[in-house]
Amino acid sequence: MDFSILVSDFPSLTIDGIVVGAILALVSLGYTLVYGVLRLINFAHSEIFMVGTMTTYWVIQQFGFTGYEDPLPLWKFASLFILFGVTAAIVSGVAAVVLEIVAYRRLRVLGASRLSSLISAIGASFFLVEVFQKISGAKNLDFPRLLSKDPIFTIGSAYISADKILVILGAAAIFLVLNRVINHTKLGLGIRAVSQDERTATLMGVNVNKIISYTFLLGGVLAGLGSAFYMVFYETTKANVGFLIGISAFTAAVLGGIGNVKGALYGSFALGLFQQYTSAVLGYNWKDVVTFVILVFVLLVKPTGLFGESLQKARV
Amino acid sequence: MAKFNVRDKFGDWWDQTSPIQRGVFRVVIIAIAYAIPLLKNPIIDTPETSFVSVLFYPLIMFSLMAVGLNVVVGKSGILDLGYVAFFAIGAYTHALLSAHTSLNFWEIIPFAMGFAMLAGVILGLPALRLRGDYLAIITLGFGEIVRIIAVNTEAIGGAAGLTDIPGPNSIFGIEFTVMDPRPYYWLTLTVLLLVIWGVLRLSHRKPGRAWEAIREDEDVAEFMGVSTLKYKLWAFIIGGAVGGIAGAIFASNIRSIQPELFTLNLSIMILACVVLGGMGNIWGVILGAVLLGYIPEKLRFLSDYRIIFFGLLMVVMMNIRPNGLLPRKKRERFKEKSA
Repeated sequence: MDFSILVSDFPSLTIDGIVVGAILALVSLGYTLVYGVLRLINFAHSEIFMVGTMTTYWVIQQFGFTGYEDPLPLWKFASLFILFGVTAAIVSGVAAVVLEIVAYRRLRVLGASRLSSLISAIGASFFLVEVFQKISGAKNLDFPRLLSKDPIFTIGSAYISADKILVILGAAAIFLVLNRVINHTKLGLGIRAVSQDERTATLMGVNVNKIISYTFLLGGVLAGLGSAFYMVFYETTKANVGFLIGISAFTAAVLGGIGNVKGALYGSFALGLFQQYTSAVLGYNWKDVVTFVILVFVLLVKPTGLFGESLQKARV
Repeated sequence: MAKFNVRDKFGDWWDQTSPIQRGVFRVVIIAIAYAIPLLKNPIIDTPETSFVSVLFYPLIMFSLMAVGLNVVVGKSGILDLGYVAFFAIGAYTHALLSAHTSLNFWEIIPFAMGFAMLAGVILGLPALRLRGDYLAIITLGFGEIVRIIAVNTEAIGGAAGLTDIPGPNSIFGIEFTVMDPRPYYWLTLTVLLLVIWGVLRLSHRKPGRAWEAIREDEDVAEFMGVSTLKYKLWAFIIGGAVGGIAGAIFASNIRSIQPELFTLNLSIMILACVVLGGMGNIWGVILGAVLLGYIPEKLRFLSDYRIIFFGLLMVVMMNIRPNGLLPRKKRERFKEKSA
């Protein structure tokens, strides 16, 4: 226990917390959106994120980086980032849609119990992890340094580097677009309608199956974009990378109120900051234990989270 | 889908037999189970590891854990994804108590059970107020947390784990040695039979009916006066105790344990046994454990891919036969009988 680190490193911990929170937010939105329409936790969502990191890694491999180059000039990095970001988003989005069709749809049509859907999703999750375990040889896949981690400027003791700026600004832009999609498009209207009341939405002429597919697509795309930021910031992935990120993102969604888009955002930033502060005090090894304790605590004290379960009223 | 239900066919036949026939049937089955390691049969032999060691782990060990998990998942409908935690607690209890106290294996068993039950209460009291998905995530987290704590705590061996764990003392003239897995098989089989007997007794009585009511509809059960939290907690504790014994026996057999033995994969594998065999039916669950333990050992090329296969199996089973190979008894049978 060393609280002096917390005081002396407070600015840098805060910046890191915001960066981690932004990445968590992109993943936890997927949990929240799917929960909104299906009232079901998409257990395999963390694997959709993992597929995104793997896609990013694969795209970068095609350019023959050895890992020892100098960081790229900005324009080159930007075009490369757009390339692997978009590819990861597409692959993750498609994977999420396929997941819904394979693991959820038939069970939903049959009206099977929630336990069945859950077990089916866990099966799908394990299948994906193991397939990528075999492909990647169960080792850490290291990403080349594309963007310099040298500080550009400092705030107090915090060094602000280009990758942190990229994550924060990029995530902010995505949230604005998502806000637009959910509140001002026909698709967003459909998603909100199904979240509010599936049967009434059907009667009003909403194609529920289509909306559910699109919701999975949206969640997958967000996770894919999140995975591209994750790779630039953390620079490594492995087949079971999704598990702990998934637990954190899910905790963030619950903390903010699952089903609530705004809640997922705030919950993610709160959790990101909290994780940084507590791991500075307790040691990094205990980070996941802390996350789990928060999850249990929130579920016990206020299971609806800080902002309650409401997608239809949510503003991003 | 489940038009053909072996469980019901067998159940009908069972109802028509006389008590003497049933007794003979039971004795024969139990005798066969005890005699299996003495058989020399090339057809059931496994290619790489000796058949008797496969018989102990995974076959009988999986069966014991699956029967324990079945009380939680199958009977009461609580999805527990952290069952391995109880197994780990049992194993660590045996390893630590035998190192730091003068207790022998047989005296440690009640402690292993007790600590696992205590863990069940500590996790269950807060968690069991929650339902379905939330509960699944909490138990999943619990399983991982127990492992992470074991890795991070140097006092209980850290990531390197614990070594030099003693085996059980000899009992009734049977020696427990490192070389011979058969005594461990007989020990586990005895425990398994006792557990099956206990679970069957409970299922036919008030707790069993309460579990069933909770599984079918928790709200209605609550309205009907079933104190749901109490019975869910008991299911959890009983499942945990079985996991604890299994862990202690496992530790006494392999003699050294590391946190990496107790990963989520094991929880999922046991869950796969329960799901494949038929949630809620003990015989189905044992069939599932035997199949999932035996097939990867027999077909060695499959064993590297077993988790892929199990994952796929869970998706496919849920989609085409959600009640498993041997589904639990249909309620209609009871209605007919009482009508």
